[in-house]
Amino acid sequence: MNFTSVVLATSNGSAAAFSLDRIVELAPEIWVAMAQTFAMLLVSIPIAILLGTPLGIWLYSMSPNGLRPRPRVHKIVDGLVNTIRSFPFLILLIAIIPFTRFVVGTTIGTAAVIVPLTINAIPYFARFVEQNISQLGNGVVEAAQAMGATRGQIIREVLLVEAKPALLSSITIMTVSFISYSAMAGLVGGGGIGDFAIRYGYYRYETGVMLLAIVLMILLVHAVQFFGTRLSRAADKR
Amino acid sequence: MIRLENVTTTFGKGRDQFTAVKDVTLDIQAGSIHGIIGFSGAGKSTLLRNINLLQRPTSGQVFVDGVELTGLSEGELRKQRHEIGMIFQHFNLLNNRTAQQNVELNLKFAGVPKKQRRERALEALSIVDLADKASAYPGQLSGGQKQRISIARALVTEPKVLLCDEPTSAVDPRTTTSVLQYLSDINASLGITTVIVTHEMNVIKAIADKVSVMEDAAVVEEFALSSLQEPGFEPKTPIGRYLISDEITLNRQPKQARDLAANVTRV
Repeated sequence: MNFTSVVLATSNGSAAAFSLDRIVELAPEIWVAMAQTFAMLLVSIPIAILLGTPLGIWLYSMSPNGLRPRPRVHKIVDGLVNTIRSFPFLILLIAIIPFTRFVVGTTIGTAAVIVPLTINAIPYFARFVEQNISQLGNGVVEAAQAMGATRGQIIREVLLVEAKPALLSSITIMTVSFISYSAMAGLVGGGGIGDFAIRYGYYRYETGVMLLAIVLMILLVHAVQFFGTRLSRAADKR
Repeated sequence: MIRLENVTTTFGKGRDQFTAVKDVTLDIQAGSIHGIIGFSGAGKSTLLRNINLLQRPTSGQVFVDGVELTGLSEGELRKQRHEIGMIFQHFNLLNNRTAQQNVELNLKFAGVPKKQRRERALEALSIVDLADKASAYPGQLSGGQKQRISIARALVTEPKVLLCDEPTSAVDPRTTTSVLQYLSDINASLGITTVIVTHEMNVIKAIADKVSVMEDAAVVEEFALSSLQEPGFEPKTPIGRYLISDEITLNRQPKQARDLAANVTRV
């Protein structure tokens, strides 16, 4: 029942059929892959926001111009954040295998990818938070201090409120980046739509299937960007 | 109401050290409007920040309403700051909060229960005739309106002192008049001691009872504005005399001719 097929030329001269039959055949696997991608993002991104926000605030506060300057401690944590951020994700994935086993009890599968993704995302988001806050300038902080606000109040009531639109944009950027990172999950059998594209398209020369997977990823990125931009714009009252 | 004793503020260390306020002693009467004038970099904003310890002086003592702020713990200082309102050149309002929320924020910091905040915020906004803008965001308001919101924000905790850091330097001349009128009315009706830092003598002439003239980190002279009416009164310092004349006078002679003339006189 081969009702549509388009022939695409590939680099090695052979032809790959983009047939609906093959897609239908692989549909269950595509759904699983999509679900895996969602699982990776829905766990790692919220944890990164939850832990990266205080880390970012902390980096800002302890910086030489922050609310509570601690230049030495700041330098150490700042360096640590940079160190984690400089690992290529593929290497981080492998380097922290013992830690991953300790946390989730396994080193393969989707759960095993979520650990390094999260470890990578926390300092990534912390940097965003730090930058978004420090870009607000000293004016509002000074006003709040003059009003007798505590440091906690300044952070909660002033800085996070004023940085909210920028933070929403940053979450969007982070999510898009991590859709891409999640494609490396295949290395440890983590699955996901990116891994699906690599397995079928790259290893098996099923270009059609790969294209479909890429289209799905494009749609995902567009959807994330679309909603992220809208949320950020709605929050921005400037 | 406010007393500064031998206040000195320095920034930086070693070779980069720079003194912004040098051994200033100042007494500001309760209920008065006190101006601080000087050119850019004279140290007037730092001196103002010394009053609420937004900038802690390197040495010297600061008293507000009999309390030595320089001797307080951080927590006690925060409590005292609820008694000292402050407004800024660039308003420093929160862009993502409405006018009312901005005003309420000060009450929140002061620990006022939520139920009373709304009412008191609206009351403060009506003092500056902006109750109808309560739900507007700062981005939807003009510069003058923003400054009035920030005045409402400062007043809402019923402070004894209002510090104004160049409150009219970012608004146009007509708005300047309006902002000063509000500050003057508030001073008259609430008896709030007002300190106003500016580089415009017109502002001082319009509103102040007394003025301190600053130059190179020091207060070089102080006089009551009423003395300007006295025949024969003249500020003692050149900068004082310059500031009260406060007119923009340009030399319309071509620059070449001026340079030539300057050379001739130098010879």
